[in-house]
Amino acid sequence: MLDKLNEIEKSALESLKSVTDAAALEAWRVANLGRSSALMGVFSEFGKLSKEEKPVIGAAANRVKVKLEAEFESQVQAVKNAALAKSLEEEKLDVTLPGRTKFIGRLHPSTQQLRRVLAILAEMGFQVYTSREVETDEYNFQLLNFPPDHPARDMQDTFFIKTDSETDNPMLMRTHTSPGQIHAMRQFTKTNPQDPPPIRIALPGMCFRYEQITARSEVQFNQVEGLAVGKNITFADLKGTIADFVRRMFGEGARLRFRASYFPFTEPSAEVDVECFVCGGKGCQVCKNSGWLEILGCGMVHPVVLQNGGYDPKIYSGFAWGMGPERQLMLRNKINDIRYFWGNDVRFLEQF
Amino acid sequence: MKIPISWLKDFIDLDGLSVEDIARKLTLAGMEVDEILYVGLPMPVYKEGEKHEFKTNGIAWDKEKIVVAEIREVKAHPNADKLTLLDLYDGEKDQVVLTGAPNIFHLKGTGRLEKPIKVAYAKEGSVLYDGHAEGQVLMTLKRAKIRGVDSYSMVCSEKELGITEESDGIILLDDDAPVGTPLADYIGDAVLDISILPNMARNANVIGIARELAALTGRELKVESPKLQVQPATSNLQSVTDLVEIELKNPEINPRFTAGLIRDVEIKPSPYEVQRRLKLAGIRAISNIVDATNYAMLELGQPLHAFDYDVLKERAGKKKVKLTVRSAKDGEKVTTLDNKERTLTSSNLLVCDEKGSLALGGVMGGLESEVTDNTKNILLEGAAWNFINIRKTAKQHNLPSEASFRFSRGVHPAMADQGVKLGLHYMSQWANGKIAPGIVDVYPLKPKDSVVQVTAQDVKKLLGIDLTLQQISDLLTKLDFKCKITNNQLQVTAPNHRMDIGEGAIGLADVLEEVARSYGYDNIPTTTMADALPPQTGNPVHEWEEHLRDLLVALGLQEVLSYRMTSIEKESRVVQHNTYVQFANPIAPEKSVLRRSLIASVLDNLEKNIRLSDSFALFEIGSIFEPVKNNLPNEPRKLAIAMTGLRKENAWDVKDSTTYDFYDLKGRLELLLSGLRLTNISYAGSDSILHLHPGKCAEIKIGAVVIGVFGELHPLVKEKYELGDSPVLVAEFDLEAVRGVNPTYGITPVSEFPPVYEDIAVIVDESVLAETVEALIKQTGGRSVSQVKLFDVYRDEKIGAGKKSLAYNLTYQSDKTMTDADAAAIRNKIVKRLEHAVGAKLRS
Repeated sequence: MLDKLNEIEKSALESLKSVTDAAALEAWRVANLGRSSALMGVFSEFGKLSKEEKPVIGAAANRVKVKLEAEFESQVQAVKNAALAKSLEEEKLDVTLPGRTKFIGRLHPSTQQLRRVLAILAEMGFQVYTSREVETDEYNFQLLNFPPDHPARDMQDTFFIKTDSETDNPMLMRTHTSPGQIHAMRQFTKTNPQDPPPIRIALPGMCFRYEQITARSEVQFNQVEGLAVGKNITFADLKGTIADFVRRMFGEGARLRFRASYFPFTEPSAEVDVECFVCGGKGCQVCKNSGWLEILGCGMVHPVVLQNGGYDPKIYSGFAWGMGPERQLMLRNKINDIRYFWGNDVRFLEQF
Repeated sequence: MKIPISWLKDFIDLDGLSVEDIARKLTLAGMEVDEILYVGLPMPVYKEGEKHEFKTNGIAWDKEKIVVAEIREVKAHPNADKLTLLDLYDGEKDQVVLTGAPNIFHLKGTGRLEKPIKVAYAKEGSVLYDGHAEGQVLMTLKRAKIRGVDSYSMVCSEKELGITEESDGIILLDDDAPVGTPLADYIGDAVLDISILPNMARNANVIGIARELAALTGRELKVESPKLQVQPATSNLQSVTDLVEIELKNPEINPRFTAGLIRDVEIKPSPYEVQRRLKLAGIRAISNIVDATNYAMLELGQPLHAFDYDVLKERAGKKKVKLTVRSAKDGEKVTTLDNKERTLTSSNLLVCDEKGSLALGGVMGGLESEVTDNTKNILLEGAAWNFINIRKTAKQHNLPSEASFRFSRGVHPAMADQGVKLGLHYMSQWANGKIAPGIVDVYPLKPKDSVVQVTAQDVKKLLGIDLTLQQISDLLTKLDFKCKITNNQLQVTAPNHRMDIGEGAIGLADVLEEVARSYGYDNIPTTTMADALPPQTGNPVHEWEEHLRDLLVALGLQEVLSYRMTSIEKESRVVQHNTYVQFANPIAPEKSVLRRSLIASVLDNLEKNIRLSDSFALFEIGSIFEPVKNNLPNEPRKLAIAMTGLRKENAWDVKDSTTYDFYDLKGRLELLLSGLRLTNISYAGSDSILHLHPGKCAEIKIGAVVIGVFGELHPLVKEKYELGDSPVLVAEFDLEAVRGVNPTYGITPVSEFPPVYEDIAVIVDESVLAETVEALIKQTGGRSVSQVKLFDVYRDEKIGAGKKSLAYNLTYQSDKTMTDADAAAIRNKIVKRLEHAVGAKLRS
């Protein structure tokens, strides 16, 4: 009987080795551990055994059963593992096929850049002030210290609005956001004409110049101006404020320089160059090999402008600076054609 | 303005300063150098990684290889008629040089020259511009055989040396050119191209720039240089004051007129050095007399005009010449130097004699009294003009010139006689003329000196620097201001070459700017504002619009920003308006008016892009312009949206060809308005929105206020565009109206008890609106129904003609755990209500 058990064990383990799938495993289990299996036959013939044989054969039969069950379980696991390994092997994707995308929305690049600029200015205490796009000559020029026929007007060729009759105060498309300086000052002086409050505002908006549309010049462009007016504001403060702004806008290490310049509505005036952030000042196409990029114009608010705004230049002083978000984007992204901005070609817009 | 360094050196010692040092100092002080053009001097060599400072161009002349030489004889070439062989001495050796230069060809075979000709000689290996190539192409001079004769060197043209584009003929240097000297040491130069700001007209000349450099470097301005010492007039001639008299009719626009006379001039080319400097400054060399007026103008800044005195004398009947400056009569004509007849208006000033007009004052001379090759005696005019008047006249007649450039920016009247003296001096030098004694000088309106009082406190307050009055005085004195310290004040008088210093508060700002420039902007400290921060109010309108943009982008819409300018034709494809804001000076027909419709802007952009993608969802936020008679237009803010094309982006394995329709747009608008926290919104079909499909459009109302309209573009409107086959959905909102509605804040609490979901479908007549059914369900369900969502609309014969089935997904919610029985009770109530109100039947 023991021999028979040994035989059953040996042949069952032998046949288990070649079992490699779930169906065959079940067939093996039925054949070797099922009710009509040879092993179970031994158990069913148990009654026929002698008293002496019973414990010996019983123990041996149990050992074989446990052994076969354990081997079966481990084979089940092995087959499962093999099947998983096989399927993992087979389910390999071409990871280079393109992903499924979806239509998404984006802000126009000019809006994005305006936001960057205004966000920095807001943190510096400059609040947004907007004003109209069609202006009068008075607000766009005269009150800003551009007398009629002054040569400074050559710097800003202007679109004029058609009217029925001739006037010395024609309507025009604003050439800069600076008319907002006068609007703002006059609005603030209204609150307390004797002692008007200090001002710190950012003036964003679309401006217009009468220029042929080419890769380098456009009839409209955005501008952002900063204006600070108060009783203790100096040129040194202007330098400090601009330096703070430039550091935030162009990076910690951005070197800058102040060049004397001329604008009718500021005096002293300066233009600010920042070290070319494309080449680091080594000279490249973007900076025309000069190492510097002209990024903004600034100056102390001209006494005539303060006066026109209702702020006594003997008591108040202030500074203003202006810059172009599109120009900043062009420099940063090496955009060589300003016409992209209002062309709104989706192939351009989708890159921002 | 282009200024050769060599010319500056006539007035200031620049030893020890590199060209770039000079350019940097000028640039920071407001005379921006746009470009440095090297014409012979060594160019800076940048090592890898080294920083550039200026745009540079040009060529350096090798000192070993390019030298001054002299031609001693011009011989025939044995095998070529058009070429000559030059016997030339380069300071070390005799050389034979082959040339085809036409300007020495006439000397061929005339034997040994009595007076050798000085030339620029380039030896083998020199790097030059190719004289025969188009533009500036560098080449290295190589040995060659030309028609059997060995050629290893050359005599140079201006083009080859980078002086001008002129390649026809070689440079003939002045007789005193030192043979054997490196050409770079003799006439090597660099040209600074300087932008002159509108308030710096005083520096649109060599002496002006030299004066600034003197102030910036602490060096001396050598205006006492021999060139500026006007030579005493030849005294045996009749004084010009006996021969010419002048009357000024409009002193307020023509405050001064001076004139001098020079006799027996010999018209010929100017010395080469004069020609070279003029050419580098961008002015053509014409003859010694014309060159002298230009040279004096570039040097001092005073434009001059030369009359042929004999013509004037002839016109005066050989008597005393009487010049009058007066306003032109409207319609009066004058023929200017450029041989154009010009019709004048009364704001133009004419220089006339008793026979008629001679010149357009301050802008351009007349043809008749022009200097010609036969001119012997010259009356030289130096006058002063009101800059605004000249600017208008130059614009009116489209006559930009070197003279009008300066006059239209302001030349101080004090310069007039100085200019005449300098011009006469050069004419006497270069044309061997004899200067007649005296100067006719009519100066009825002397400008008042600008005097400004400055205190140390003024400087501290505006510039933020502590300076003593003495320091301020020193800074200003460097720029020729006259300063006097009295009683803790500095009395500053502007020098008489500048007109940009005003009086009072303006004058103070003008002077403080000069203090800052002279001190150096770089030396002013960098401080943080100590002034009070104004009350922070924010800008709710701006912030709201930005929020709106964010919502639109989150909904998948692409922002566009369009030209404000459009044409009536373009806009009237979608909307018709009778009046527009029109330009007096439109830049192009398609940009002749300001837009009145933002939808039109967005549709224009859609049309431009239509072939570039198969799906679009665009929006724009901006102003439109509504004309107001005799006043500024209204500029209301609008939002416009346009969508068309595929609803979903297809992939390589997923295809969905459905396209956007009315409900895609409506769904986005619903999300947009809920994002703005607007409630109680109703949608009403309308047939009065002319650009939209009458059956597929709606007004959006909050209460009685229409805040926007949307729908499918009317087929007849769409026909006028190229917009593809898919329907085009558009929406437009009046942002002021939207902003005017109070948002509803607050939330619906999220219950901790599980909801029960149930679907019900009801059959109703086709005419019953979905809105009505939903409202009834919500009303009846009350707080127990937290969500009602229509998930299907079904029509079929089985449910009857003229009927539709509306299927809803209901969410029941209570403040306790809700059972199915609770839900069934509510449902029954709802169904009953629907049956009663709209004759609905529950679909089983």
